[in-house]
Amino acid sequence: MHEFSAFLDQVWLARFVILKGLGLTVSISFASIAAGSILGVVLGLTLVYGNRFARLIARGYTDFVRGTPVLVLVLASYYILSTVGINLDPFEAGVLALSVFCSSHVGEILRGALQSIHKGQTEAAKAIGLTFSQTFAYVLWPQALRQMLPTWVNTAAEMVKASTLLSVIGVAELLLRTQQIISRNFMSLEFYFFAGFLYFVINYGIERFGKYVERKTAISS
Amino acid sequence: MGYTLNFSAVWRNFDQLLAGLLLSLELAFVALLIGAGIGLVVAFALTGRNAWIRRLAALYVTVIRNLPILVLILFAYFALPQMGVRLDKISSFIVTLAIYSGAYLAEVFRAGLLSIPVGLKEAGLAIGLTPGQIRRSIIIPLMLRNVLPSLSSTLISLFKDTSLAAAIAVPELTFEARKINVETFRVVETWLVASGLYVATCSILAALMRAIERRLTIGR
Repeated sequence: MHEFSAFLDQVWLARFVILKGLGLTVSISFASIAAGSILGVVLGLTLVYGNRFARLIARGYTDFVRGTPVLVLVLASYYILSTVGINLDPFEAGVLALSVFCSSHVGEILRGALQSIHKGQTEAAKAIGLTFSQTFAYVLWPQALRQMLPTWVNTAAEMVKASTLLSVIGVAELLLRTQQIISRNFMSLEFYFFAGFLYFVINYGIERFGKYVERKTAISS
Repeated sequence: MGYTLNFSAVWRNFDQLLAGLLLSLELAFVALLIGAGIGLVVAFALTGRNAWIRRLAALYVTVIRNLPILVLILFAYFALPQMGVRLDKISSFIVTLAIYSGAYLAEVFRAGLLSIPVGLKEAGLAIGLTPGQIRRSIIIPLMLRNVLPSLSSTLISLFKDTSLAAAIAVPELTFEARKINVETFRVVETWLVASGLYVATCSILAALMRAIERRLTIGR
């Protein structure tokens, strides 16, 4: 019991450090989900509607990103960009890598969603005289979005988990802050457990939200 | 800009990268084997009759799926020794990866188990097989064939996750690439070659698994 109160003391001492790390974890996740989703939607549209050349490029990009571990993307983004004269700080380089990772996911989700919509719908839209952009805006996109949303929410949880990789390039998010705290008080068991608990709470929250969205977007049959 | 690519330093150390790649593959395969064992047991627990065992299994799956794997790896390697569990780097990593993949595979296997028609079990009972025999010779083989596509994507993501072993200095591909990067300063070349190796291996693994799937599919 004494050990537990010592742990609580240490948590209280480190409260601002932990909160800062948590804040950075949330910022990293938000920034890379937002940027990755925008990039991913462009990617998904290219994969489905692009001309042959654009499709080839988009497919190559997607396969390359999906075949590379996220940690390698993070390290490569951090080291390569500075070598070729693009100076990003670790945070920016890390968010760039995670956005690229996220975009490949969102791109594939959107492609799958768009391709699963029956061709007859596009034909029907054409038959009643809609232009392609009208067809997309009123017929295809709403259905694709509905189908994508639950998976998209899961991607958000993926990004929170992937944000821990930025600790490797020195971004002081929650995991690196935890390691710093442990190097001061040597309570590795307690503090890794604590960090795990915080990540669990965030991700479990997102998972429940995802289930809720799934229920809400489900088409009753 | 004005950076000229020069791969000679990377080629000189290429055997290090290959050794790293080999270790990554080994880590992924061993973790998949153990993870599949865990996943199978947990899947039966998830679909079993005992409510408490079901809840326990669901708790394991939920907790592991919502934790970042890097936290699990660091926890297993740095924190567990405090509880008296001391493993070397490689075993600690394999155990962590197996427990991690076990949670994902449990879901995969559960879906696979539920997809098997009850009639097959009843047929097994009708010809006098015991429940254990039915599981071994009817349910598990059919289920494994149904889940092969998910199994292959799990193998590929496990292979990519082995890069995280670099965080505890296991000399797999990412660790070796980082070392070469630091020693030779051929930053762009090192990372291009390392990603290239990952991408190539992933496509080969995917092609192999597709070939196995084709061989095992009956009819159609």
